[in-house]
Amino acid sequence: MEPLTSPPPIRRLSTDDPEPVTEALPPVADGNGNAPRANGFTAAKRSIKAPQFSIRRMEIDRVSVHYADRAAVKEVSLPVRQGEVLSLIGPSGCGKTTLLRSLNRLTELTTSARLTGRILLDDIDIAAIEPTLLRRRVTMVFQQPNPFPMSVFDNIAYVLREQGSRRARKKTLEPAVHSALDRAGLFEEVKDNLDHPALKLSGGQQQRLCIARALAAEPEVLLLDEPCSALDPKSTQVIEDLIVRLRDDVAVVIVTHNLQQAYRIADHVAFMYLGDLVEYNSATALFGNPREQRTKEYVSGAFG
Amino acid sequence: MTPPMENQTLTVPPVPPPDQADPPGAHQRKGAVEGSATWSLTDRIGLAICWGLGLLFCAIAVAIVVYLMIQGIKFLRPEMLWTPAAAGFSETETGGFSDAFIGTMIVAGIGIALALPTGIAIAVWLVEYGRPATLARITESTIEAIAGIPSIVLALFGTVIFSNAALGFLSRSSEGVVFGRSFFAAGAMLSLVALPLIVASVREGLNSIPRHVREASYAVGKTKAATTRRILLPTCRPQVATGAMLGLGRIIGDTAIIVVLLGATQNFAPVEGIGFPLDYLRGAGTTLTNFVYEASPTGNLNQPQKAYAAAFVLLLMVLALNAAVDVVHRRARKVGTWSH
Repeated sequence: MEPLTSPPPIRRLSTDDPEPVTEALPPVADGNGNAPRANGFTAAKRSIKAPQFSIRRMEIDRVSVHYADRAAVKEVSLPVRQGEVLSLIGPSGCGKTTLLRSLNRLTELTTSARLTGRILLDDIDIAAIEPTLLRRRVTMVFQQPNPFPMSVFDNIAYVLREQGSRRARKKTLEPAVHSALDRAGLFEEVKDNLDHPALKLSGGQQQRLCIARALAAEPEVLLLDEPCSALDPKSTQVIEDLIVRLRDDVAVVIVTHNLQQAYRIADHVAFMYLGDLVEYNSATALFGNPREQRTKEYVSGAFG
Repeated sequence: MTPPMENQTLTVPPVPPPDQADPPGAHQRKGAVEGSATWSLTDRIGLAICWGLGLLFCAIAVAIVVYLMIQGIKFLRPEMLWTPAAAGFSETETGGFSDAFIGTMIVAGIGIALALPTGIAIAVWLVEYGRPATLARITESTIEAIAGIPSIVLALFGTVIFSNAALGFLSRSSEGVVFGRSFFAAGAMLSLVALPLIVASVREGLNSIPRHVREASYAVGKTKAATTRRILLPTCRPQVATGAMLGLGRIIGDTAIIVVLLGATQNFAPVEGIGFPLDYLRGAGTTLTNFVYEASPTGNLNQPQKAYAAAFVLLLMVLALNAAVDVVHRRARKVGTWSH
């Protein structure tokens, strides 16, 4: 038998020779002596206008959230204002979603979660507001489009009706349902198919239906948890336009992984890292001229 | 629905150099089925055994159905379904099995009427509430234990319960001695046979609903109860139906409880006293399974032709249940589902 001269042809995944990583370009100052700009954000257009007004709706006051003994959010204080879009950014596990969920007390559904600090809604501590009432005033849209398995009309009507009741007839609810769909920019597309199952809509339409559902409760604050991450670029743009339009009627808080998106639609941006609020500033300032080193590294793509 | 951006950058297929490229058409794989040509011998033998056993299983199932159909069509006369059994010397004189047929319907009705709401309630509690966790675990193992108890043991336990003087009104009693055998007694114990299947099926349905769907309902100010009632249970309709059908199948197929707790008389034996339908339910009776047993060559009646006819009816009922489950599932698929 011939001795083996070479190892048998087994294909392995190489671990010593990782694929080349595209490195972020260092921030470069332009010739006019302007501040160096974070990579990429000079090119992205910020077409939205500056907010016309801003009213303080919510006040996050030194809020910490612990899961068992792990701190997910540490002593974060932030204002939430109507008239502008607040974006929470940061790498995975930085606590931005937890912070968002604590704004309508959804964190309480997790038994191990403990919240300290205060969150005020129109100067009233939300801990003193009955949760179901609070969640009608501070509604939420999730990452995955999740319309309920019923017709488009019933998805909205469900929110308008009293708890589990079927009362309030279709006719009486019609104007409110139509207006909610209209505010979410969906009415024109579905007005002939209001009886169709909502789960047969396209992903982008489903997500706008979820926004319509959240708006149907006439909330003061709208929470969006990465609403576009499961959608294609075109639907994403439609929803981004919608969010910017909504900011005058409700205070909008959006969690996003997509820095470009935060830059495009947010008026204020809060950067969180490992549960800490690292930097809170207007979008142009935070992306263009970050104060903190970690912010600078994150928005330039050095980690994330 | 799939995120289009994420997977594209990772896998770049190696482009073969032009001189080594396969002839056109060689790369057009029909489906993505992996050939077993490169497998080791043991793997190939294993695959062959799997195929063989699968086919064997299908063959057995088909054989049972076809054989029963042939026999059933040969011996089944429609009038058997509405003629009660009678005493006689030959198969032509002994009437039909209407009492057994109706009896099957009655125990199925009572059993499922008790088991379905209970099963759904238990499943909802286990999945949506389930606190304290210890109690949930105990409940879970209790249900599993019931599923594992042979029905003859349940039947024996049933005689203890229903012979109780306090439950005397549910069956025949004379001079303070409670007979303890009636449709009520049998139906109640049969509901325990169906219960674990319903709980398991509904639980599976509830667990398959993504958490964010519940939260979407809570996040517009709905209570847990409203969410369960209006979102979760309607979504689980196919699984509820599956559980109910599986449970019904077990109920109409059970013999031990019928023999012990229904009295296994050949005709209805109503207990006079309250009024028309309830008197029958308080009395003893029989079902198709028991009739098949009695009419088979081992039983007391020895009417094999009628045994086949009754078995065929039983088979048709089970097939109808399967078809019903299929319809519910197909309807649910039209509504669509979420991505997880």
